[in-house]
Amino acid sequence: MAYALQQLVNGISLGMIYGLIAVGYTMVYGIVGMINFAHGDVFMVGAFVSLVGLLLLAGGIDGPAAILLVLVFAMGITAMYGLAVERIAYKPLRGSFRLAPLISAIGMSIVLQNYVQLAQGAREKPIDAIVTGSLTIFTGDAGFVVAVSWIQILIVITTLIVLAGFTVLVTRTPLGRAMRAVEQDRKMAGLLGVDTNRTISLAFLIGAALAAVAGFLFLLRYGVINFFIGFTAGVKAFTAAVLGGIGSLPGAVLGGLLIGLIETFWSAYFSIQYKDVAAFAILILVLIFLPTGLLGRQEVEKV
Amino acid sequence: MTQGTRLVVDAVTMRFGGLTAVDGVSFTAEPGDITAVIGPNGAGKTTLFNCITGFYRASSGRIMLGETALHRLPGHRIALAGVARTFQNIRLFGGMTCLENLLVAQHRRLMAASWFGIGAVLGLSRYPAAEREAVERARAWLEATDLLDRADDAAGSLPYGAQRRLEIARAMCTGPRLLCLDEPAAGLNPRESAALSQLVRAIRDGTAAGADPCSVLLIEHDMGVVMGISDKIVVLDHGARIAMGTPAEIRADPNVIAAYLGEDEPA
Amino acid sequence: MNGAALKDATLCAAVAAVLFVPVVGLRTAPGPTGPLRIEPHFGIVAVLVGLVLLGRLAIIAWQARRRPTAAETPRRVARVMARSGRYVAPALLALAVLLPFLPGTGRYELDLGILVLTYVMLGWGLNIVVGLAGLLDLGYVAFYAVGAYAYALLAQEFGLSFWVCLPLSGLIAGMWGVLLGFPVLRLRGDYLAIVTLGFGEIIRIVLLNWTNLTNGPNGIGGIPRPSFFGLPFSSGGEPGSFAHFFGIEPSPVQRVIFLYYLILALALLTNWVSIRLRRQPLGRAWEALREDEIAARALGINVRNTKLTAFALGATFGGFAGAFFATRQGFISPESFTFSESAIILAIVVLGGLGSQLGIAISALVMIGGFELFRGLDEWRMLVFGMAMVVIMVVKPRGLVGDRTPTIALGTRKAIGGGLVGQGQG
Repeated sequence: MAYALQQLVNGISLGMIYGLIAVGYTMVYGIVGMINFAHGDVFMVGAFVSLVGLLLLAGGIDGPAAILLVLVFAMGITAMYGLAVERIAYKPLRGSFRLAPLISAIGMSIVLQNYVQLAQGAREKPIDAIVTGSLTIFTGDAGFVVAVSWIQILIVITTLIVLAGFTVLVTRTPLGRAMRAVEQDRKMAGLLGVDTNRTISLAFLIGAALAAVAGFLFLLRYGVINFFIGFTAGVKAFTAAVLGGIGSLPGAVLGGLLIGLIETFWSAYFSIQYKDVAAFAILILVLIFLPTGLLGRQEVEKV
Repeated sequence: MTQGTRLVVDAVTMRFGGLTAVDGVSFTAEPGDITAVIGPNGAGKTTLFNCITGFYRASSGRIMLGETALHRLPGHRIALAGVARTFQNIRLFGGMTCLENLLVAQHRRLMAASWFGIGAVLGLSRYPAAEREAVERARAWLEATDLLDRADDAAGSLPYGAQRRLEIARAMCTGPRLLCLDEPAAGLNPRESAALSQLVRAIRDGTAAGADPCSVLLIEHDMGVVMGISDKIVVLDHGARIAMGTPAEIRADPNVIAAYLGEDEPA
Repeated sequence: MNGAALKDATLCAAVAAVLFVPVVGLRTAPGPTGPLRIEPHFGIVAVLVGLVLLGRLAIIAWQARRRPTAAETPRRVARVMARSGRYVAPALLALAVLLPFLPGTGRYELDLGILVLTYVMLGWGLNIVVGLAGLLDLGYVAFYAVGAYAYALLAQEFGLSFWVCLPLSGLIAGMWGVLLGFPVLRLRGDYLAIVTLGFGEIIRIVLLNWTNLTNGPNGIGGIPRPSFFGLPFSSGGEPGSFAHFFGIEPSPVQRVIFLYYLILALALLTNWVSIRLRRQPLGRAWEALREDEIAARALGINVRNTKLTAFALGATFGGFAGAFFATRQGFISPESFTFSESAIILAIVVLGGLGSQLGIAISALVMIGGFELFRGLDEWRMLVFGMAMVVIMVVKPRGLVGDRTPTIALGTRKAIGGGLVGQGQG
């Protein structure tokens, strides 16, 4: 029981990171209708920028101020990366055939991976733990301690704050209204005076900033990154977005949490090697029975 | 000589969640007739159509084509049972030529002749003959729809009216006993509408492209077309049948006039 | 060159500077005492920013120069392409057949030829699924892997000969295609894409962890080499070997040449079956599904079974290619079957032009052959590969050969512009 509770805590904090990345996938998909395959790698860039930021501040500022500063730095730079990717690889292909932006995105993903590998080296990048210690919730039978580490708390709180801000942005601001309008009907939104190009660019920018938050939290939580983390995390997050119903923002967070929990519990109780198999297998099962994901809009076949 | 097969729609109801789009509609489309289904927008015509052609499964009721229970068949079997259809928003294979479109329509026949693909790859002798026959049928329908000179052009590159005709030709190439047309005259100019009326009559009478006579079920807004060619008209409003009869009867029916001119809603 | 262009380029350079400084300019590396520290590399940033500035100016200049003729150029190019296209395919085929006997062809060129042809075959196999049936498959490598492992295990455990194992491997991969396709083919669009991707990953993870069967990450080695219809290739030239039977000097190149012709034959088989099926009802049904699934269903086409045949056939050819890969390498491990492999094959198909046999062959030649040009610059070549994918898509979104050739005609066959051809929703 205590063990299960501990897994729940671990699963939620992992799921939050997936959820943050998944929001970027689902937002871009909702608006442009394309899989931004390079998004996982944007997350990886975010983790690297965070690393650079932390090292720059090392010895100077520390504590919460440093964390906040690095977070803002990473979000800013990564958002620029997201925007650059969109300008170079997707914008020229807007309104083109379905597969062209997908291939372009896969190409961009390869570019980002190898760019970071060349610039920062292929080796793993370990850092010392910045946020240490944990909060004991209770000591279970047989002396098993259920503990929430401060970093897990930080992850959950940061994610909730970021997602709350993001929700306000999407539901309460003119920008959010423009985004939803473009998602519903791009041509009509354009006719009604919404600057669709700017709205789409902003979606990429916001998605990248959220991915940077995820990258930063990932770095703090696991303490080691390399240029390849984008692929696995990206595929998981995309799975989460699809599981939740692609295009649905709450669905992305829900999907992220589910994938995080499935992965954690599977590793804890069955086999750690097959944790990815579990995530994919559940995805396939869910899609067979709910072809548009958990919170996705049911498509009525129009004839 | 049999003139097509009777379609019996018996108390068909279709619900989407809480909305009843079609509510216990019954009618019969007699063999060799052109039967029109009309009604104001949102009356449930297209929904009923989709039930008959297997795109929706009716919530209750029976749909019989001769001895075949259409409401029990999976989508692609409806066509094999002898029901062909066109779509309100034209659905051609835009990147394929007109001829290819018409050959796809003869898929089942060719597939059987090609021994489900295997024989054809190996070049067995039965297939080329079957294909020649299919091309001849396609050519006849292209001629009947006045599209012969466009045979090798992409269907997506045809003008609108030609696309409508091609869709009818494609439906007829399946060799149906019942042809269902969903607003075939929409967007056509008067001259094209007149040609369409003639084509539909020829299909009914079996004088087009050497095909057998074929019953026609039609949804149409163009009253000129409907009144001109229909043998029988079924009027729907709010999902229910409010009238049925010959064009003359329908024209005089007070219910129909009320539904169209509207006591409480604009037409 | 005017002020606006300069301003635009300067802005680009400024953005580039912001992007490059933290990632390129501040390199993290372990310091003398162990923990990471920052090494500045601002010289490289300056060079990169300069390149961006000049590159942007060049792009602006190029766009300005080509705009007036933009409308007619593609058509003129298309006409030239169409006229020369008739000779390109036979020329390429002749080159492929004669390659081993051309002067200057050595072991290296043959190996490269084998590599390119493997990707040509994989591209043609995937083309059946993506190009003809319009089903987006991001896990094609799974079938390649199944074929390779099926071959390796059959050949090792049961000692079956190459000519027995090859069809069996294809068959097993095809069965996996059906097994996967059955539940997922009713999914549409990107849902199908992610499920196929997931399936590819599942296969790889299972291969990695099912140590008893697959030997896990260490892979399977010592896979039997193919024989020339029962005559083994051996360097000794003893009785019963290929060289002895034909009375020629034994040489290791003989096996390579044999492998080369083997993959050429397999690729041509894939091509032949694809071309033939395209002109048959089954192939037309695939294309009809790609164009409009609902209309196809209304015409009595069994959508699920038709998709399954495309999936199974594509998987079978992937399996053949996998079996060939196993016998050629003599060693396989899960590392050869990662997602990037699927991505490369899909890229070859899309870059070549969906549905175009010739385009895919050229695209494989350019991408895989071109890739080899950067052999010396190992770390750079993937970067260049990715950039090439982006640039080709931006410049030619329909791929190198975007037109579709009709399968039958009453009069003359006219190419159908890519803009009219659908790309499928599945």
